[in-house]
Amino acid sequence: MSVAATIRIQEADFDVAQEIAALSRGRTDVGAVVSFSGICRGNEQGEPIAALTLEHYPGMAEAEIGRHADEALSRWPLQGLTIIHRFGRIPPGENIVLVVTASAHRLAAFEAAEFLMDYLKTNAPFWKREESARGTSWIEARDHDDAAAARWTKS
Amino acid sequence: MKLKYFAWVRERIGKAEETIEPPAEVRTVGDLIGWLAARDDAYAYAFEKPKVIRAAIDQSHVKQDAAISGAREIAFFPPMTGG
Repeated sequence: MSVAATIRIQEADFDVAQEIAALSRGRTDVGAVVSFSGICRGNEQGEPIAALTLEHYPGMAEAEIGRHADEALSRWPLQGLTIIHRFGRIPPGENIVLVVTASAHRLAAFEAAEFLMDYLKTNAPFWKREESARGTSWIEARDHDDAAAARWTKS
Repeated sequence: MKLKYFAWVRERIGKAEETIEPPAEVRTVGDLIGWLAARDDAYAYAFEKPKVIRAAIDQSHVKQDAAISGAREIAFFPPMTGG
């Protein structure tokens, strides 16, 4: 595959518009760019939260996201792919994750972005802890995220 | 081999990593969980629901029946909640 994915695991925030522009700037072969931004909500199951803190497994986070990026590039005709995942303390309103896919046509871009997000949720080694007035607690994994990822398994 | 722990598994055990030499009869990831859980109360608490625990060998996800021979790094952690 000739398209290389850009994968960044970082503590700093990022500029969504800049990342989207970077995949299509100066090109005429890209007809569709899809982006998904995951943003920290100010409440979790009805309770206000002060921040999320994301722990990650350095090394494996890059490797695991890289494996899913390679699979996306082999399953869909993408012209570009950027995945950014933050770690550390993230207050409400700030970005957590970004997936940007570029393709000649929209279907590949939409599907690849959805596939990647479903797998990031269940397979990328990150763990969210919420801070609220009650203290801190680890957020539990949700069954519907597993079901979403299972949709993409080839039978 | 090096062991790494993340999220509440790390908190319950009280350390992020350690180096261990399990006995030869500990052959799989599941065996290793059982062996660690028998060490003391902190490990027993971390591994009290072994089916919930996820594992990786050398930074790739594995199931609990995976063999541990030749592994350099084994990690234990709860189901992931990133994205």
